[in-house]
Amino acid sequence: MSAPRTLYDKIFDDHIVDRQEDGTCLLYIDRHLVHEVTSPQAFEGLRVAGRRVHAPTKTLAVVDHNVQTTDRRFGIEDPESRMQVETLAENARDFGIEYFNELDKRQGIVHVIGPEQGFTLPGTTIVCGDSHTSTHGAFGALAHGIGTSEVEHVLATQTLIQKKSKNMRVTVDGKLPDGVTAKDVTLAIIGTTGTAGGTGFVIEYAGEVFRNLSMEGRMTVCNMSIEGGARAGMVAPDETTFAYVKDRPRAPKGAAWDAALRYWDTLHTDDGAFFDKEVRLDGASLPPIVSWGTSPEDVISVEGLVPDPDLITDEGKREAKKRALAYMGLTAGTRITDIAIDKVFIGSCTNARIEDLRAAAQIVAGHTVREGVSGMIVPGSGLVKLQAEAEGLDAIFKAAGFDWREPGCSMCLAMNADKLGPEERCASTSNRNFEGRQGFKGRTHLVSPAMAAAAAIAGRFVDIRQWRGPV
Amino acid sequence: MDKFTTLTGVAAPLPLVNVDTDMIIPKQYLKTIKRTGLGKGLFSELRYLEDGSDNPDFVLNKPAYRNASIIVAGDNFGCGSSREHAPWALLDHGIRCVISTSFADIFYNNCFKNGILPIKVTPEQLEALFDDASRGANAVVTVDLESQTVTGPDGGSISFEVDPFRKHCLLNGLDDIGLTQVKAEKIHDYEAQLAADRPWA
Repeated sequence: MSAPRTLYDKIFDDHIVDRQEDGTCLLYIDRHLVHEVTSPQAFEGLRVAGRRVHAPTKTLAVVDHNVQTTDRRFGIEDPESRMQVETLAENARDFGIEYFNELDKRQGIVHVIGPEQGFTLPGTTIVCGDSHTSTHGAFGALAHGIGTSEVEHVLATQTLIQKKSKNMRVTVDGKLPDGVTAKDVTLAIIGTTGTAGGTGFVIEYAGEVFRNLSMEGRMTVCNMSIEGGARAGMVAPDETTFAYVKDRPRAPKGAAWDAALRYWDTLHTDDGAFFDKEVRLDGASLPPIVSWGTSPEDVISVEGLVPDPDLITDEGKREAKKRALAYMGLTAGTRITDIAIDKVFIGSCTNARIEDLRAAAQIVAGHTVREGVSGMIVPGSGLVKLQAEAEGLDAIFKAAGFDWREPGCSMCLAMNADKLGPEERCASTSNRNFEGRQGFKGRTHLVSPAMAAAAAIAGRFVDIRQWRGPV
Repeated sequence: MDKFTTLTGVAAPLPLVNVDTDMIIPKQYLKTIKRTGLGKGLFSELRYLEDGSDNPDFVLNKPAYRNASIIVAGDNFGCGSSREHAPWALLDHGIRCVISTSFADIFYNNCFKNGILPIKVTPEQLEALFDDASRGANAVVTVDLESQTVTGPDGGSISFEVDPFRKHCLLNGLDDIGLTQVKAEKIHDYEAQLAADRPWA
C-alpha cells in the first residue's frame, strides 16, 4: 500500500506531466484565469515568438483591476486603464479565449467569477497572474498566483514548471463566537504565523471551524493564505463544496457530474499523512480582529490596545513596527475602539460575495453612516450585485448613505479612481494594509464586513459582539 | 532573457523587513502593457518626495548608490502581489541581484524568469553584508553564480544555495517555454489520459 498522502500531495501527483531527476516537475494546469494587468506582456511574448494559446477553452479572461466602479456605459474613463482593458479584449479575441467585458453581468473580480461560473472545480490546478488565486483552494483545488512570464508559459503549454512545496496544516477547532467570522479567523492565523510563516508551504485548513464555514467563508480564508506567505491554501471538498458547485454554468452535468463526485470524494488527507508544519488555534476563543499596522501580521483583538513596539526585542522587527505606527498615525496604548475612521470600503476578492454583503447589510439596516465618514460597497461581480439588489440589500446600503458601485477590485488596490487620500483612515474588508496600498499615504485597517459596516455607522471601530447600534 | 554569470557592482543596503511588491512598484505603474520603462517607478513612494523631486535620504538616491546593481534587504523581500512588474522595475533600474534572508515565493520565482539572481543568506551573513553595503561607493561586491559565492570588499567570501535547474537556466539565459515545448509529446499524452480519467476537468 502506498504511503498516506495529504490533499496537496494527491492533487500535485495527479497533475505531473514530467518529473526531472532533481525533482523539478512539469505540472498540468486545468484552469487559467486572466485579467488585464498581468497579461498584456504575456500575450505580446506569444506574438513575438509566433506561439498560440495551447488550450483556449481552459482559459477565462475578465477585466477587474482597472475598471471604474461608477457608470461604465460610456467606456473606461482613464486612458491608460482603457488601453489595458482594450488590449485584453483584443488578446482574448485574437487568441480565442472567452472574455467577460466590463458591461457583461458575469464580469467581476477574477476570484469571484471563477467559482461563480463553476470554472473553479475541486481537484483541479488553477493559476492566474494574481497572488489571490489562492482563493480557489477553498474548493479543494491547488490554486496559486504566478508571474507574467509564467502566465505566458501556461498560455503556450498549459503547464507550469514547479517544485513541490512543503505541507502545512492549520487546524482550528471549536465553535466561532457570534460576530467572529472567516475574516477574523484568517487574520488571527496570520497574526500567529507571521507574513513569512507560510513561505514555501501549501496550507491545508482543517478542523471544525472550516468544516462549518460556507464556501464564501472558506474563500475568504484561502484568499489570505498568500498574506501568510503561502502560495496556496486549501480546504478538502465536502457536501458544502458540492452543493455550491452543482448546476453552475461550467460545472459538469449528468453522468460527468457523478464521475466527478466519485473522484472528488477521494480528495482528502489520508490518516497519518505527514505535515512539515502544524499550527493549531482555538476557534471558540477568537475575537473580532482589527489590523493596526502596515503588514497583515499586525493584528489585534478589537478589545485590545495599539501595541508598543519598544517591547519587541528583535531590532529589525522593532524598527519595522515603529515605522508602521508612524505611517498609521497611531500611538502605542490607544484603544482600538477609540480609533476614528474616515472611509469604509466593503469589497475585494476577500470579502465581496453575497454572504459578505448580507452580513454588512444586517448591521447597517435602520442606521446611517456617521457624518464625516464615507462608505463604499463594491460587489465582487455583476451577479453578486444583481443578487444583492434582488434581496434589497442595495436599498439598505443606499438608505444608510453608502455608495453602491459597479463590480471590480476598486479600492483594494486603488488602480482606478477609488482611493484614499493622504492620511485618510479606512476600515477595509480587503486583504492588504501595505503602505500606499489603498492610496498614497492612506491608512488601512483590515476587518470583516460586519466590523467595517459597524465602523461606518459609529465612525470608529466597535466590538461587533456588543453592537447595539450607534451611541 | 539575459544570462547571469558573474556580477561585480555596488551593493545598496535597504534594511527594511517585509518589503512588499506594492512598495517595489506601486500600482499606478502597472497600467503599462510593456515590460520596459518601469525603472522610474521603482520604490517610487520612498524614492520621490511629494513634489516629485528625489528624496535625498533614500538609499538609491545617494550619490554612492546611484549605480548600485545589488540590493541587500531585510527578511521576506518581495511579499504581497504577484506582479512581475517588481523584477521588471528592478532590472530596468539596473539591479541584477537581491540578497536577503528570505524571499516571498512568487517574487523569488519571477526573478529567475528575468535574469535577476535572488540570494538567500543567514541572518549573520546578512548583517555582514549590511556592513559591507554601508561603505557607499566602496561597497563593491562580486557575485559568482557558477561558484555560488558572494565576495565582499575585504575579500571575504560566503557561499549560497541555489536550485540546480534554476542555476542552469540563469547561467545560460534559457527560455522556459522553449524547454517545455521539447516535452510537447508528454503534454499530449497527459492530455489524452486526462480526457479518459477526468473528462470534466
